[in-house]
Amino acid sequence: MDNQDHRIKTIPQGDEGFGLYIHWPFCLSKCPYCDFNSHVVDTIDHGVWSQALIKDLETQSARLTGQGRILTSIFLGGGTPSLMAPNTVAALIDRAADLWPTAPDLEITLEANPGTVDRDRFRDFKLAGVNRLSLGIQSLDDRALQFLGRVHDAKAALAALDTARSLFDRFSFDLIYARPGQSLEDWEAELRQALTLGSDHLSVYQLTIEQGTRFFGAYCRGDFTLPDEDESADLFLLTRDILATAGLPAYEVSNHARPGQESRHNLIYWRGGDYLGVGPGAHGRLRVDADGFRATVAHRRPESWLKRVADTGTGLKEETHIPPRHRAQEMLMMGLRLAEGVSDTRMRRLTGLGLADIIDRDGLSMARSEGLIECEKGQLRATEAGIPTLNALTAALMII
Amino acid sequence: MSDLSHIRNFAIIAHIDHGKSTLADRLIQLCGGLDDREMKEQLLDSMDLERERGITIKAQTVRLLYTAKRDGKVYQLNLMDTPGHVDFAYEVSRSLAACEGSLLVVDASQGVEAQTLANVYQAIDANHEIIPVLNKVDLPAADVARVKTQIEDVIGLDTSESVGISAKTGLNVDQVLESIVTRLPPPTGDLNAKVQAMLVDSWYDSYLGVVILVRVRSGTLKKGMRMRMMQTGAVHPIDKVGVFTPKMLETDSLSAGEMGFIMAGIKSVADCSIGDTMTDDRNPTTEALPGFKPSIPVVWCGLFPVDTSDFELLRDSLAKLRLNDSSFEFQMETSAALGFGFRCGFLGLLHMEIIQERLEREFDLDLITTAPSVVYKMYMTDGTMMELHNPADMPDPVKIDRIEEPWVKATIMVPDEYLGQVLALCTERRGIQMDLTYAGARAMAVYKLPLNEIVFDFYDRLKSISRGYASFDYDMADYTESNLVRVSILVNNEPVDALAFIAHHSQAEFRGRQICARLKDLIPRHMFKVPIQAAIGGRVIARETIAALRKDVTAKCYGGDISRKKKLLEKQKEGKKKMRQFGRVEIPQTAFINALKMGDD
Repeated sequence: MDNQDHRIKTIPQGDEGFGLYIHWPFCLSKCPYCDFNSHVVDTIDHGVWSQALIKDLETQSARLTGQGRILTSIFLGGGTPSLMAPNTVAALIDRAADLWPTAPDLEITLEANPGTVDRDRFRDFKLAGVNRLSLGIQSLDDRALQFLGRVHDAKAALAALDTARSLFDRFSFDLIYARPGQSLEDWEAELRQALTLGSDHLSVYQLTIEQGTRFFGAYCRGDFTLPDEDESADLFLLTRDILATAGLPAYEVSNHARPGQESRHNLIYWRGGDYLGVGPGAHGRLRVDADGFRATVAHRRPESWLKRVADTGTGLKEETHIPPRHRAQEMLMMGLRLAEGVSDTRMRRLTGLGLADIIDRDGLSMARSEGLIECEKGQLRATEAGIPTLNALTAALMII
Repeated sequence: MSDLSHIRNFAIIAHIDHGKSTLADRLIQLCGGLDDREMKEQLLDSMDLERERGITIKAQTVRLLYTAKRDGKVYQLNLMDTPGHVDFAYEVSRSLAACEGSLLVVDASQGVEAQTLANVYQAIDANHEIIPVLNKVDLPAADVARVKTQIEDVIGLDTSESVGISAKTGLNVDQVLESIVTRLPPPTGDLNAKVQAMLVDSWYDSYLGVVILVRVRSGTLKKGMRMRMMQTGAVHPIDKVGVFTPKMLETDSLSAGEMGFIMAGIKSVADCSIGDTMTDDRNPTTEALPGFKPSIPVVWCGLFPVDTSDFELLRDSLAKLRLNDSSFEFQMETSAALGFGFRCGFLGLLHMEIIQERLEREFDLDLITTAPSVVYKMYMTDGTMMELHNPADMPDPVKIDRIEEPWVKATIMVPDEYLGQVLALCTERRGIQMDLTYAGARAMAVYKLPLNEIVFDFYDRLKSISRGYASFDYDMADYTESNLVRVSILVNNEPVDALAFIAHHSQAEFRGRQICARLKDLIPRHMFKVPIQAAIGGRVIARETIAALRKDVTAKCYGGDISRKKKLLEKQKEGKKKMRQFGRVEIPQTAFINALKMGDD
């Protein structure tokens, strides 16, 4: 018998990368549109939280089977991670760098909200190792910021962007559009102003009403209306057009970057790479062996999570086995969001299944003949015509 | 007893909700047929559906023993409960043929309705003595004098001896019993003659097998007798003989003038020809009683299982239902749009709804129903005639010499204020007015109407334009040559067979436009433009376009959203099962019937 047959097959890490996500669950106030895991509390014991996050990181990393992972990104999200003590951020980054070999261009992003940071604090984050900022600007219009329940105004937003620009080579900011009553002209003006602010990356999201938010109730009551399908489509296409012309094409449905300035961490999600999730409510996807993947979900409530870490060393609530076929379907669903599309080669390498194994032939032939999708050199991608109706397109392509 | 003078056989004629079943229950109670504990609301309507809809579908009979006040003698009263609905007119005529008299129950506030009228005419045709009974006289809205006048004017019955009652409270119900004895004639018949018994109805009971309802004309049917069906010649030994009180009670024999049941080990109701004469095989009569016209399905529609793997279950379920109701027919049908199913024929629209509901309830089937169609007679150029039950089977028009469609004679009763709209509706549906009379504030319009104009939604429209006050009944009249065309519906340039329909050429364009417009609302947006067209042959007569979906994409989707978004996607995919894939277009199952409903709602 050949000894090699008994070895666990090692799958080489490709350009999908391997990332670490760390969730900070606290905010100064809860925004009415936000359904993320964020909480408003009076006091935070930063020492306790720092230790607990590190403990969670260590416990989870110890469970990983040795597969030669190289860490390519760390993302500190929330919540408002700019409210973290800079030494907590430093400790987590240092610990992660001990646990895995790191890529030379390791990307470390921290989400920050205007009004939560001054110049000194930004500098401390930079010293801790953060090399990319993602700012929750949301709008450059005071009335819109008020509607969105943000604590900052346009002036504070511009100040935060100035600080970010002076300290970080890479920074991005978020904008929310397709707001009630927003005209194409209003949005175009706001977007053109945003383009003057010197960022090579922009995340522009259409306002979506999620269950469990304050907006959900208000929207159901009819307190405000959103653009209809046609208006929303027009806004979407206008956004893509303006940003592409300005040199920031959409590399994902809502994310635009100058080529090379894409968020490497977020690309991991969309390309189907592994990521470890640390902190309350964090999710993870990790290859276990050739037979499948593990999906992890942590307790959402900060107290429950802390208690679980104290009791068991990790705040995970559930760990689910994901068979290769399901992971391949996830890769299709996520990958179609990217301009580059889904790579058949990568899917085969990671799941053992190719696009042909999971795609509905009738759906594919419809989508091709309608010009919604194209397949070239093993990449399946939604066309400009296909992206605006990607949900319906994905449903048509997927065999479930 | 040696004579028949102590027997009275009677039926109750009434419009829905006028109190027929309540009165029947009250009569049973007064005669001690059941004690209070055993009384259930509306005893005679035994099927769940019958009770829920307040209608009677199958005829039933109950023997009551009543001690008359006038002479202190005990009388045997046989009550025949009759279906009230137009679809079951055949069953009504059979029930009436088994009796000598009728109670005409009229709601004292509502007055005579179209249905009542049709049934009371049948009773007059059957030479019945008729006792008018005014129900609900205790209600504030009751107008006894007006309703009496109406009965005299419209029906021509003398109301001087009518009885005013409240079936609900029991007021004067005893007078009804007394009137039955004094006013209705006893049956005639010779107890000593050869056995002649009429097969009134039959049904299948899962415990007892086939139960046959009989009315004995002469002689005596006895347990153990070898009974011969004169039409088929089949001979069955009688296992059980009895009556309903309404509980089943074995009596060993039934004699001339009496009604009751027999059981003879028969497996299927299809073996019992309604109206047949039964006699004693050892001492047979040669004279058959006049039979009945067989009931013929006049409305046809396609029934398809939503889940194609339920086809076998649907077939078995239809076969089981038919054991008990030989009046509907089914044959296999294949549709390009809907797959394998059955083309089913019914006595009318209510009958169709009832069968559909029973299939869904009793057999847990999810069904797609196609629009109902009538039976057309196609006279071909080669001299042959074919009956067309399904628009999809329409032959090439060049091979058709002429087409005949069925017409009905419809009677509509409506308060004056709504008459204008009702007449407009009849005209719109190609009606020909035959009579228009007034009785008090109510009008009675008699129209000849093509059946295909009323099978979809005529009744709904009539109810809605008259705020529920109009009543309607119809009789099949005749077949008449007509200029009919088949309109095909094309979705995304492909004809959908299950949506094709036949219409008069003058209506085709209007209906085609209406259906296209409806489908535009019923079919959800797709990722591409979906043209919808109505066409006669190759000529497009109406067109609509469903615009392509423009925007359907989730704004945010990161690592934590994957499971949630995938579930949404799975749900979206699951939702497609409620759709029928037709080419590249998904059509919701409900669209197949909703598209063909006319009128605005």
